[in-house]
Amino acid sequence: MLEHYFPILVFVAMAFAFGIVLVTAGRLSGGRNPDSEKNSPYECGFSPFESARLPFDVRFYLVAILFIIFDLETAFLFPWALAIRTIGWFGFIAMALFLGLLVIGFIYEWKKGALEWE
Amino acid sequence: MFDQLQTLIWIIIKITVIVLPLLILVAYVTYAERKVIGYIQVRVGPNRVGLKGLLQPFADLIKLVFKEIVVPSRSNPYLFIIAPILSLVPALIAWAVVPFSDGLVLSNINAGVLFLFAVSSLSVYGVLVAGWASNSKYAMFGALRSAAQTVSYEIAMGFSLVGVLMAAGSMNLSQIVAAQSGGIWQWYFLPLLPLFVVFWISGIAETNRAPFDLVEGESEIVAGFHVEYSGVGFALFFLAEYASMVLISVLLSLFFLGGWLSPFEGIPGIEKLFAWIPGFAWLFIKTAFFLFVYIWIRATFPRYRYDQLMRLGWKVLIPVTLVWIAVLGILIKCHCPPWFAI
Repeated sequence: MLEHYFPILVFVAMAFAFGIVLVTAGRLSGGRNPDSEKNSPYECGFSPFESARLPFDVRFYLVAILFIIFDLETAFLFPWALAIRTIGWFGFIAMALFLGLLVIGFIYEWKKGALEWE
Repeated sequence: MFDQLQTLIWIIIKITVIVLPLLILVAYVTYAERKVIGYIQVRVGPNRVGLKGLLQPFADLIKLVFKEIVVPSRSNPYLFIIAPILSLVPALIAWAVVPFSDGLVLSNINAGVLFLFAVSSLSVYGVLVAGWASNSKYAMFGALRSAAQTVSYEIAMGFSLVGVLMAAGSMNLSQIVAAQSGGIWQWYFLPLLPLFVVFWISGIAETNRAPFDLVEGESEIVAGFHVEYSGVGFALFFLAEYASMVLISVLLSLFFLGGWLSPFEGIPGIEKLFAWIPGFAWLFIKTAFFLFVYIWIRATFPRYRYDQLMRLGWKVLIPVTLVWIAVLGILIKCHCPPWFAI
Protein backbone atom coordinates (compact mmCIF):
# COMPACT_ATOMS: atom_id res chain seq x y z
CA MET A 1 0.00 0.00 0.00
CA LEU A 2 2.54 2.60 1.14
CA GLU A 3 5.09 1.62 -1.48
CA HIS A 4 2.88 3.36 -4.05
CA TYR A 5 3.68 6.62 -2.29
CA PHE A 6 7.45 6.11 -2.33
CA PRO A 7 7.88 7.47 -5.91
CA ILE A 8 6.09 10.63 -4.78
CA LEU A 9 8.61 11.08 -1.95
CA VAL A 10 11.45 10.67 -4.45
CA PHE A 11 9.72 13.15 -6.74
CA VAL A 12 9.45 15.74 -3.92
CA ALA A 13 13.15 15.33 -3.16
CA MET A 14 14.05 15.65 -6.84
CA ALA A 15 11.86 18.72 -7.33
CA PHE A 16 13.54 20.45 -4.36
CA ALA A 17 16.96 19.42 -5.69
CA PHE A 18 16.07 20.79 -9.12
CA GLY A 19 15.03 24.15 -7.66
CA ILE A 20 18.09 24.38 -5.44
CA VAL A 21 20.43 23.49 -8.31
CA LEU A 22 18.88 26.16 -10.54
CA VAL A 23 19.05 28.85 -7.85
CA THR A 24 22.66 27.93 -7.04
CA ALA A 25 23.54 28.03 -10.74
CA GLY A 26 21.99 31.48 -11.00
CA ARG A 27 23.82 32.60 -7.88
CA LEU A 28 27.16 31.37 -9.22
CA SER A 29 26.84 32.51 -12.82
CA GLY A 30 24.87 35.69 -12.25
CA GLY A 31 27.59 37.62 -10.44
CA ARG A 32 26.92 40.05 -7.61
CA ASN A 33 27.11 43.77 -7.93
CA PRO A 34 25.21 45.29 -5.00
CA ASP A 35 24.20 48.91 -5.05
CA SER A 36 22.08 50.65 -2.43
CA GLU A 37 19.68 52.07 -5.04
CA LYS A 38 19.31 48.79 -6.90
CA ASN A 39 18.71 46.80 -3.71
CA SER A 40 16.05 49.12 -2.30
CA PRO A 41 12.42 47.91 -2.65
CA TYR A 42 10.78 48.84 -5.92
CA GLU A 43 8.27 51.65 -5.62
CA CYS A 44 7.91 53.13 -9.10
CA GLY A 45 10.98 55.33 -8.74
CA PHE A 46 10.09 56.80 -5.33
CA SER A 47 12.27 56.15 -2.32
CA PRO A 48 10.39 53.62 -0.18
CA PHE A 49 9.15 55.57 2.84
CA GLU A 50 7.88 52.95 5.25
CA SER A 51 7.72 49.21 5.77
CA ALA A 52 5.51 47.29 3.36
CA ARG A 53 4.09 45.22 6.21
CA LEU A 54 1.12 47.49 6.79
CA PRO A 55 -2.14 46.32 8.33
CA PHE A 56 -4.36 44.98 5.55
CA ASP A 57 -8.06 44.93 4.85
CA VAL A 58 -10.13 42.80 7.23
CA ARG A 59 -11.99 41.32 4.25
CA PHE A 60 -8.99 39.16 3.38
CA TYR A 61 -9.31 37.68 6.85
CA LEU A 62 -13.03 37.11 6.35
CA VAL A 63 -12.40 35.27 3.08
CA ALA A 64 -9.92 33.03 4.89
CA ILE A 65 -12.49 32.12 7.55
CA LEU A 66 -15.20 31.40 4.97
CA PHE A 67 -12.70 29.30 3.05
CA ILE A 68 -12.05 27.08 6.06
CA ILE A 69 -15.76 26.30 6.43
CA PHE A 70 -16.26 25.50 2.77
CA ASP A 71 -13.04 23.56 2.40
CA LEU A 72 -14.06 21.36 5.33
CA GLU A 73 -17.36 20.84 3.57
CA THR A 74 -15.51 19.63 0.47
CA ALA A 75 -13.44 17.33 2.66
CA PHE A 76 -16.67 15.83 4.06
CA LEU A 77 -18.17 15.51 0.58
CA PHE A 78 -15.23 13.55 -0.88
CA PRO A 79 -15.87 10.21 0.89
CA TRP A 80 -19.64 10.62 0.50
CA ALA A 81 -19.24 11.15 -3.26
CA LEU A 82 -17.23 7.93 -3.56
CA ALA A 83 -19.71 5.87 -1.56
CA ILE A 84 -22.94 7.34 -2.95
CA ARG A 85 -23.90 4.13 -4.77
CA THR A 86 -23.54 1.94 -1.68
CA ILE A 87 -24.86 4.05 1.22
CA GLY A 88 -28.50 3.93 0.15
CA TRP A 89 -31.12 6.63 0.61
CA PHE A 90 -30.31 7.06 4.33
CA GLY A 91 -26.75 8.20 3.60
CA PHE A 92 -27.97 10.37 0.76
CA ILE A 93 -30.55 12.19 2.89
CA ALA A 94 -28.11 12.59 5.80
CA MET A 95 -25.68 14.41 3.54
CA ALA A 96 -28.54 16.40 1.96
CA LEU A 97 -29.48 17.66 5.45
CA PHE A 98 -25.86 18.60 6.16
CA LEU A 99 -25.57 20.40 2.82
CA GLY A 100 -28.92 22.09 3.47
CA LEU A 101 -27.62 23.49 6.78
CA LEU A 102 -24.53 24.84 5.06
CA VAL A 103 -26.63 26.37 2.29
CA ILE A 104 -28.66 28.18 4.97
CA GLY A 105 -25.38 29.47 6.42
CA PHE A 106 -24.26 30.50 2.95
CA ILE A 107 -27.49 32.44 2.33
CA TYR A 108 -27.08 34.13 5.74
CA GLU A 109 -23.52 35.22 4.85
CA TRP A 110 -24.72 36.48 1.52
CA LYS A 111 -27.55 38.52 3.09
CA LYS A 112 -25.20 39.86 5.79
CA GLY A 113 -22.94 41.15 3.04
CA ALA A 114 -19.89 39.06 3.93
CA LEU A 115 -19.37 38.35 0.23
CA GLU A 116 -19.44 42.02 -0.83
CA TRP A 117 -16.26 43.74 -2.00
CA GLU A 118 -17.56 47.25 -2.54
CA MET B 1 19.97 -3.65 -0.73
CA PHE B 2 20.89 -3.97 -4.40
CA ASP B 3 17.23 -4.50 -5.28
CA GLN B 4 16.17 -1.34 -3.47
CA LEU B 5 18.88 0.67 -5.19
CA GLN B 6 17.69 -0.64 -8.53
CA THR B 7 14.10 0.38 -7.75
CA LEU B 8 15.27 3.83 -6.69
CA ILE B 9 17.26 4.34 -9.89
CA TRP B 10 14.29 3.11 -11.93
CA ILE B 11 12.02 5.64 -10.16
CA ILE B 12 14.52 8.45 -10.79
CA ILE B 13 14.64 7.53 -14.49
CA LYS B 14 10.84 7.57 -14.68
CA ILE B 15 10.67 10.98 -12.98
CA THR B 16 13.24 12.35 -15.42
CA VAL B 17 11.21 10.99 -18.32
CA ILE B 18 8.19 12.91 -16.97
CA VAL B 19 9.93 16.15 -16.01
CA LEU B 20 12.15 16.69 -19.05
CA PRO B 21 9.37 16.65 -21.69
CA LEU B 22 7.29 18.75 -19.30
CA LEU B 23 9.99 21.42 -19.13
CA ILE B 24 10.39 21.40 -22.91
CA LEU B 25 6.61 21.65 -23.27
CA VAL B 26 6.56 24.58 -20.82
CA ALA B 27 9.31 26.30 -22.83
CA TYR B 28 7.29 25.92 -26.01
CA VAL B 29 4.05 27.03 -24.33
CA THR B 30 5.76 30.37 -23.62
CA TYR B 31 6.86 30.47 -27.25
CA ALA B 32 3.37 29.56 -28.48
CA GLU B 33 1.87 32.21 -26.23
CA ARG B 34 4.03 34.95 -27.69
CA LYS B 35 3.49 33.70 -31.22
CA VAL B 36 -0.31 33.24 -30.95
CA ILE B 37 -0.86 36.56 -29.17
CA GLY B 38 1.40 38.12 -31.78
CA TYR B 39 -0.72 36.86 -34.65
CA ILE B 40 -3.97 37.77 -32.86
CA GLN B 41 -2.65 41.33 -32.57
CA VAL B 42 -1.42 41.28 -36.21
CA ARG B 43 2.28 41.05 -35.29
CA VAL B 44 4.68 38.18 -36.02
CA GLY B 45 5.96 37.50 -32.52
CA PRO B 46 9.51 36.24 -31.88
CA ASN B 47 11.20 35.27 -35.16
CA ARG B 48 14.90 36.00 -34.79
CA VAL B 49 16.49 33.22 -32.68
CA GLY B 50 16.66 30.04 -34.75
CA LEU B 51 14.23 29.05 -37.48
CA LYS B 52 11.05 31.16 -37.03
CA GLY B 53 12.19 31.97 -33.50
CA LEU B 54 11.99 28.35 -32.36
CA LEU B 55 15.06 28.69 -30.14
CA GLN B 56 13.70 31.78 -28.36
CA PRO B 57 12.70 29.96 -25.10
CA PHE B 58 16.23 28.60 -24.68
CA ALA B 59 17.74 32.02 -25.34
CA ASP B 60 15.45 33.40 -22.63
CA LEU B 61 16.45 30.66 -20.20
CA ILE B 62 20.18 31.20 -20.77
CA LYS B 63 19.73 34.94 -20.35
CA LEU B 64 17.85 34.48 -17.04
CA VAL B 65 20.44 32.09 -15.61
CA PHE B 66 23.22 34.59 -16.25
CA LYS B 67 21.36 37.52 -14.67
CA GLU B 68 22.19 38.69 -11.17
CA ILE B 69 19.81 37.55 -8.40
CA VAL B 70 19.08 40.85 -6.67
CA VAL B 71 18.14 40.40 -3.02
CA PRO B 72 16.47 43.63 -1.81
CA SER B 73 18.10 45.19 1.24
CA ARG B 74 14.96 45.15 3.40
CA SER B 75 13.90 41.61 2.51
CA ASN B 76 14.24 38.42 4.53
CA PRO B 77 16.99 36.90 2.38
CA TYR B 78 16.45 33.22 3.19
CA LEU B 79 12.70 33.29 2.68
CA PHE B 80 13.27 35.36 -0.43
CA ILE B 81 15.48 32.67 -1.97
CA ILE B 82 13.27 29.76 -0.83
CA ALA B 83 9.97 31.19 -2.14
CA PRO B 84 10.49 30.38 -5.86
CA ILE B 85 11.46 26.81 -4.95
CA LEU B 86 8.35 26.52 -2.77
CA SER B 87 6.16 27.52 -5.68
CA LEU B 88 7.93 25.26 -8.19
CA VAL B 89 7.82 22.04 -6.12
CA PRO B 90 3.98 21.67 -5.94
CA ALA B 91 3.68 22.46 -9.65
CA LEU B 92 6.07 19.59 -10.42
CA ILE B 93 5.12 16.89 -7.90
CA ALA B 94 1.44 16.96 -8.93
CA TRP B 95 2.61 15.15 -12.08
CA ALA B 96 3.42 12.05 -10.02
CA VAL B 97 -0.19 10.84 -10.18
CA VAL B 98 -1.12 12.00 -13.70
CA PRO B 99 -1.65 9.01 -16.02
CA PHE B 100 -0.50 9.61 -19.60
CA SER B 101 -2.07 6.49 -21.02
CA ASP B 102 -3.57 3.25 -19.74
CA GLY B 103 -1.16 2.17 -16.96
CA LEU B 104 1.42 4.80 -17.89
CA VAL B 105 1.69 6.59 -14.53
CA LEU B 106 4.47 7.10 -11.99
CA SER B 107 2.49 6.15 -8.88
CA ASN B 108 -0.97 4.74 -9.37
CA ILE B 109 -2.34 5.69 -5.93
CA ASN B 110 -6.00 5.32 -5.05
CA ALA B 111 -6.22 8.77 -3.48
CA GLY B 112 -5.00 10.49 -6.66
CA VAL B 113 -7.60 13.25 -6.72
CA LEU B 114 -7.09 13.95 -3.01
CA PHE B 115 -3.34 14.19 -3.58
CA LEU B 116 -3.82 16.63 -6.47
CA PHE B 117 -6.22 18.74 -4.43
CA ALA B 118 -3.76 18.88 -1.51
CA VAL B 119 -0.74 19.67 -3.67
CA SER B 120 -2.51 22.38 -5.64
CA SER B 121 -3.42 24.07 -2.34
CA LEU B 122 0.26 24.18 -1.39
CA SER B 123 1.16 26.41 -4.32
CA VAL B 124 -0.24 29.45 -2.49
CA TYR B 125 2.61 29.29 0.04
CA GLY B 126 5.26 30.12 -2.55
CA VAL B 127 3.36 33.23 -3.57
CA LEU B 128 2.62 34.34 0.02
CA VAL B 129 6.20 33.78 1.19
CA ALA B 130 7.52 35.66 -1.86
CA GLY B 131 5.24 38.63 -1.19
CA TRP B 132 6.07 38.74 2.49
CA ALA B 133 9.83 38.22 2.13
CA SER B 134 10.20 40.91 -0.55
CA ASN B 135 9.03 43.59 1.89
CA SER B 136 7.80 45.72 -0.99
CA LYS B 137 4.30 47.18 -1.14
CA TYR B 138 3.51 45.89 -4.61
CA ALA B 139 4.70 42.41 -3.75
CA MET B 140 2.70 42.42 -0.51
CA PHE B 141 -0.55 43.44 -2.24
CA GLY B 142 0.03 40.96 -5.03
CA ALA B 143 0.52 38.15 -2.52
CA LEU B 144 -2.59 39.10 -0.52
CA ARG B 145 -4.71 39.25 -3.64
CA SER B 146 -3.32 35.97 -4.85
CA ALA B 147 -4.00 34.19 -1.56
CA ALA B 148 -7.62 35.42 -1.38
CA GLN B 149 -8.23 34.59 -5.04
CA THR B 150 -6.69 31.12 -4.95
CA VAL B 151 -8.54 30.25 -1.77
CA SER B 152 -11.90 31.45 -3.15
CA TYR B 153 -11.66 29.59 -6.42
CA GLU B 154 -10.35 26.46 -4.76
CA ILE B 155 -13.77 25.93 -3.20
CA ALA B 156 -15.54 25.99 -6.55
CA MET B 157 -12.84 23.69 -7.93
CA GLY B 158 -13.23 21.27 -5.02
CA PHE B 159 -17.00 21.12 -5.46
CA SER B 160 -16.70 20.36 -9.17
CA LEU B 161 -14.23 17.59 -8.31
CA VAL B 162 -16.85 16.17 -5.93
CA GLY B 163 -19.17 15.91 -8.95
CA VAL B 164 -16.52 14.00 -10.91
CA LEU B 165 -15.98 11.63 -7.96
CA MET B 166 -19.72 11.02 -7.68
CA ALA B 167 -19.96 10.12 -11.35
CA ALA B 168 -16.82 7.98 -11.43
CA GLY B 169 -17.01 6.46 -7.95
CA SER B 170 -13.23 6.49 -7.63
CA MET B 171 -10.37 8.83 -6.74
CA ASN B 172 -7.88 6.98 -8.92
CA LEU B 173 -7.27 9.03 -12.06
CA SER B 174 -6.90 6.00 -14.32
CA GLN B 175 -10.23 4.64 -13.08
CA ILE B 176 -11.91 8.01 -13.60
CA VAL B 177 -10.82 7.89 -17.24
CA ALA B 178 -11.84 4.21 -17.54
CA ALA B 179 -15.31 5.12 -16.23
CA GLN B 180 -15.71 7.43 -19.24
CA SER B 181 -15.05 4.76 -21.86
CA GLY B 182 -17.69 3.81 -24.39
CA GLY B 183 -17.77 6.74 -26.77
CA ILE B 184 -17.66 10.51 -26.79
CA TRP B 185 -21.16 10.85 -25.27
CA GLN B 186 -19.95 9.00 -22.17
CA TRP B 187 -17.31 11.65 -21.42
CA TYR B 188 -18.16 13.67 -18.35
CA PHE B 189 -18.31 17.02 -20.11
CA LEU B 190 -21.89 16.15 -21.10
CA PRO B 191 -23.53 15.00 -17.83
CA LEU B 192 -21.32 17.34 -15.78
CA LEU B 193 -21.42 20.30 -18.17
CA PRO B 194 -21.86 23.02 -15.47
CA LEU B 195 -19.07 21.49 -13.37
CA PHE B 196 -16.83 21.30 -16.45
CA VAL B 197 -17.31 25.03 -17.08
CA VAL B 198 -16.79 25.88 -13.39
CA PHE B 199 -13.63 23.75 -13.21
CA TRP B 200 -12.31 25.39 -16.34
CA ILE B 201 -12.94 28.95 -15.09
CA SER B 202 -11.58 28.27 -11.62
CA GLY B 203 -8.58 26.52 -13.15
CA ILE B 204 -7.77 29.72 -15.01
CA ALA B 205 -8.24 31.71 -11.79
CA GLU B 206 -6.13 29.26 -9.75
CA THR B 207 -3.18 29.67 -12.09
CA ASN B 208 -3.57 33.47 -11.92
CA ARG B 209 -3.95 33.79 -15.67
CA ALA B 210 -5.79 36.44 -17.65
CA PRO B 211 -8.57 37.57 -17.23
CA PHE B 212 -8.00 36.79 -13.54
CA ASP B 213 -4.37 37.96 -13.41
CA LEU B 214 -4.96 40.68 -10.81
CA VAL B 215 -2.07 39.18 -8.92
CA GLU B 216 0.36 40.52 -11.48
CA GLY B 217 -1.82 43.17 -13.09
CA GLU B 218 0.96 45.15 -14.73
CA SER B 219 -1.06 48.35 -15.00
CA GLU B 220 -1.67 48.65 -11.25
CA ILE B 221 0.74 46.59 -9.14
CA VAL B 222 3.41 46.09 -11.81
CA ALA B 223 4.25 42.40 -11.45
CA GLY B 224 2.62 41.60 -8.13
CA PHE B 225 4.34 39.15 -5.83
CA HIS B 226 7.40 38.63 -8.03
CA VAL B 227 8.17 42.31 -8.63
CA GLU B 228 11.48 42.06 -6.71
CA TYR B 229 12.65 38.84 -8.38
CA SER B 230 15.28 38.77 -11.08
CA GLY B 231 17.22 36.07 -12.86
CA VAL B 232 16.60 32.48 -11.80
CA GLY B 233 14.08 33.44 -9.07
CA PHE B 234 11.85 34.96 -11.73
CA ALA B 235 12.45 32.00 -14.05
CA LEU B 236 11.27 29.56 -11.37
CA PHE B 237 8.02 31.48 -10.78
CA PHE B 238 7.49 31.57 -14.51
CA LEU B 239 8.16 27.83 -14.77
CA ALA B 240 5.77 27.09 -11.91
CA GLU B 241 2.99 29.18 -13.44
CA TYR B 242 3.26 27.51 -16.83
CA ALA B 243 3.69 24.02 -15.37
CA SER B 244 0.44 24.50 -13.42
CA MET B 245 -1.26 25.77 -16.58
CA VAL B 246 -0.28 22.55 -18.35
CA LEU B 247 -1.40 20.59 -15.29
CA ILE B 248 -4.86 22.21 -15.26
CA SER B 249 -5.20 21.49 -19.00
CA VAL B 250 -4.28 17.83 -18.49
CA LEU B 251 -6.70 17.53 -15.55
CA LEU B 252 -9.51 19.04 -17.62
CA SER B 253 -8.83 16.44 -20.32
CA LEU B 254 -8.65 13.58 -17.80
CA PHE B 255 -11.73 14.51 -15.77
CA PHE B 256 -14.08 15.72 -18.48
CA LEU B 257 -12.80 14.82 -21.96
CA GLY B 258 -11.99 11.16 -21.47
CA GLY B 259 -8.21 11.51 -21.07
CA TRP B 260 -6.45 9.20 -23.51
CA LEU B 261 -9.68 7.73 -24.95
CA SER B 262 -10.29 8.22 -28.64
CA PRO B 263 -13.25 10.48 -29.50
CA PHE B 264 -14.27 7.99 -32.23
CA GLU B 265 -14.74 5.10 -29.81
CA GLY B 266 -17.91 3.14 -30.51
CA ILE B 267 -18.51 4.65 -33.95
CA PRO B 268 -18.26 1.77 -36.45
CA GLY B 269 -15.84 2.35 -39.33
CA ILE B 270 -14.20 5.56 -38.13
CA GLU B 271 -13.09 3.86 -34.90
CA LYS B 272 -10.90 1.42 -36.88
CA LEU B 273 -9.55 4.24 -39.04
CA PHE B 274 -8.09 6.07 -36.02
CA ALA B 275 -7.16 2.98 -33.96
CA TRP B 276 -3.44 3.41 -34.72
CA ILE B 277 -3.20 6.68 -32.79
CA PRO B 278 -1.76 5.92 -29.32
CA GLY B 279 -3.59 7.04 -26.19
CA PHE B 280 -1.12 9.68 -25.06
CA ALA B 281 -1.42 11.39 -28.44
CA TRP B 282 -5.15 11.93 -27.81
CA LEU B 283 -4.35 13.23 -24.33
CA PHE B 284 -1.77 15.57 -25.83
CA ILE B 285 -4.21 16.90 -28.44
CA LYS B 286 -6.85 17.60 -25.78
CA THR B 287 -4.27 19.27 -23.51
CA ALA B 288 -2.98 21.38 -26.38
CA PHE B 289 -6.54 22.52 -27.07
CA PHE B 290 -7.00 23.76 -23.50
CA LEU B 291 -3.58 25.44 -23.54
CA PHE B 292 -4.49 27.21 -26.77
CA VAL B 293 -7.74 28.45 -25.21
CA TYR B 294 -5.71 29.77 -22.23
CA ILE B 295 -3.69 31.92 -24.63
CA TRP B 296 -6.71 32.87 -26.70
CA ILE B 297 -8.58 34.06 -23.58
CA ARG B 298 -5.58 36.10 -22.52
CA ALA B 299 -5.49 37.83 -25.89
CA THR B 300 -9.23 38.47 -25.96
CA PHE B 301 -10.62 39.43 -22.56
CA PRO B 302 -9.87 42.50 -20.43
CA ARG B 303 -8.86 41.98 -16.81
CA TYR B 304 -11.54 41.57 -14.12
CA ARG B 305 -11.91 44.09 -11.30
CA TYR B 306 -11.23 42.61 -7.86
CA ASP B 307 -14.82 42.86 -6.59
CA GLN B 308 -16.08 41.30 -9.85
CA LEU B 309 -13.61 38.46 -9.40
CA MET B 310 -14.79 37.77 -5.86
CA ARG B 311 -18.43 38.01 -6.88
CA LEU B 312 -17.93 35.51 -9.71
CA GLY B 313 -16.18 33.07 -7.40
CA TRP B 314 -18.50 33.21 -4.42
CA LYS B 315 -21.87 34.20 -5.86
CA VAL B 316 -21.89 32.44 -9.24
CA LEU B 317 -19.53 29.47 -9.34
CA ILE B 318 -20.17 28.09 -5.82
CA PRO B 319 -24.01 28.16 -6.07
CA VAL B 320 -23.83 26.55 -9.54
CA THR B 321 -21.70 23.68 -8.26
CA LEU B 322 -23.87 23.19 -5.16
CA VAL B 323 -27.01 22.94 -7.27
CA TRP B 324 -25.40 20.55 -9.73
CA ILE B 325 -24.10 18.29 -6.96
CA ALA B 326 -27.69 17.98 -5.67
CA VAL B 327 -29.03 17.30 -9.19
CA LEU B 328 -26.27 14.77 -9.82
CA GLY B 329 -26.99 13.00 -6.54
CA ILE B 330 -30.63 12.55 -7.47
CA LEU B 331 -29.72 11.40 -11.02
CA ILE B 332 -27.33 8.78 -9.63
CA LYS B 333 -29.75 7.63 -6.95
CA CYS B 334 -32.57 7.21 -9.50
CA HIS B 335 -30.20 5.36 -11.92
CA CYS B 336 -31.08 7.86 -14.60
CA PRO B 337 -30.06 6.69 -18.12
CA PRO B 338 -28.03 7.15 -20.30
CA TRP B 339 -25.12 8.01 -17.98
CA PHE B 340 -25.98 6.63 -14.58
CA ALA B 341 -27.90 3.46 -15.46
CA ILE B 342 -25.80 1.32 -13.10
